[in-house]
Amino acid sequence: MDIEELKKKIMEWAEKSTKPKFYFKDIGKAAPELGPREIKKAVTALVQEQKLEYWSSGSTTMYGVKGKGITEEAQMGTHEE
Amino acid sequence: MAKFKTPFLDELEKGPWPSFVTDIKRQAKTKPELEDLLGQVELSYKDKETHWKHGGIVGVFGYGGGVIGRYSDMPKEFPGVAHFHTVRVNQTGGFYYSTEYLGKIMDMWERRGSGLTNMHGSTGDMVLLGTTTDQLEEIFWELTHDMQTDLGGSGGNLRTPSCCLGMSRCEYSCIDAQAICQEMTMHYQDELHRPAFPYKFKIKVSGCANDCVAAIARSDCAIIGTWKDNIRIDKSAVAAYVNGELKSNAGAHAGRDWGKFDIVKEVVNLCPTGCMSYDGKELTIDDKECTRCMHCINTMPRALRPGVDKGATLLCGAKAPILEGQRLATVIVPFVKTEGTFEEIKEVINKLLDWWMEHGKNRERIGELIGRMGMREMLKATGLPPVPQMVKEPRSNPYIFWEESEVPGGWTRDLAAFRKKHPL
Repeated sequence: MDIEELKKKIMEWAEKSTKPKFYFKDIGKAAPELGPREIKKAVTALVQEQKLEYWSSGSTTMYGVKGKGITEEAQMGTHEE
Repeated sequence: MAKFKTPFLDELEKGPWPSFVTDIKRQAKTKPELEDLLGQVELSYKDKETHWKHGGIVGVFGYGGGVIGRYSDMPKEFPGVAHFHTVRVNQTGGFYYSTEYLGKIMDMWERRGSGLTNMHGSTGDMVLLGTTTDQLEEIFWELTHDMQTDLGGSGGNLRTPSCCLGMSRCEYSCIDAQAICQEMTMHYQDELHRPAFPYKFKIKVSGCANDCVAAIARSDCAIIGTWKDNIRIDKSAVAAYVNGELKSNAGAHAGRDWGKFDIVKEVVNLCPTGCMSYDGKELTIDDKECTRCMHCINTMPRALRPGVDKGATLLCGAKAPILEGQRLATVIVPFVKTEGTFEEIKEVINKLLDWWMEHGKNRERIGELIGRMGMREMLKATGLPPVPQMVKEPRSNPYIFWEESEVPGGWTRDLAAFRKKHPL
């Protein structure tokens, strides 16, 4: 699958997701026929394009659609949560 | 005068050990925002719950690790620590630093952060504690451009590989631990900075089985130096230990009078496989039974040395107790030569990562995956041959099974005929 097509599929899946943040493994559901290495290339590109963003607890990393769910401003306590 | 009263924290200064509370109080004299840190931590002891929010979005552009967002859940009460992020910095191989380099790190951290550090975290990184979001890219620029230093790993990444000081100072080291660590760090840069693993994955390299970086207890992939041939024995030095001319354990533990060195009691009888004997004159070792535990070598380093056919043992699956109980690593490759760019080691690691990425559940370490699916499945996926060193217990319940295709007649053979030949 072309990487642009894969990126589009991932974004469609991510935007439809009811969860604001999701594990990398869950993103594989967007294109179950592909392996994690291929998914990673597309996800990394989407982070570079600032369409997806990382969320980390320090021990675990999750991904989210930028602006969806908790935001940097909300975490800093400048917005009401 | 302190901004907050801290009776709980003050208790932590009363013991015999150095106290982080004392360190923070001292630092608060030049960094007043740390008064808020003391206030918040004091409140956590009082409330019996943390007042840090869980995780964060922050990081430096393009990296999914190395920065751990920490936000206060009471920013109005403790504005000095409203955001107090941690930065993990890739340590040097073997933890060698020049004072000039450490001075640069600390100057930068005094300017751009709290000045508080944890040297080092259990993964190995330098851990710089407490900075604000607006400083992160500036810190990253200074580290990479002025100090040629990268961020370390965090989250579902390869964590910063770490190693002992290896051959640079230690005569026990059977491998160039620092060279292996450097190569793994550079080769797996994408895995280190862009998270795509189910959970953390640690690579640690120890030069010998003394395992000074606790690879066998703490790393998902442990690379530990060993040798294939015989322990080298210097008979005259053995005699010198026996008659007291040389101090056992290189003179360590000399603070008490332990009595005369007794080679049978202190070396031969402590050999875990019982492969040594001493007839009053000569020490002999049945090397094929030796497990390379290092005890005899540690006790008599001038008399006994590792062999000359050196390489590494690869182990997999250790972890500290967080989600489930702790695990020690299991041997997966008893001996591999460590040459060139260590391609044989990378090949094994790549297969392990592929299998774990495909089958690992979220937040499941590779050791737990092996526990869940079985060693057999891991061996099938990686193509590693089963070997006796993988069997943990004395073959009471070995986990190497036969495939149906490997058994003459498969599972449908005539049991009656079998029993006729092998009656119960």
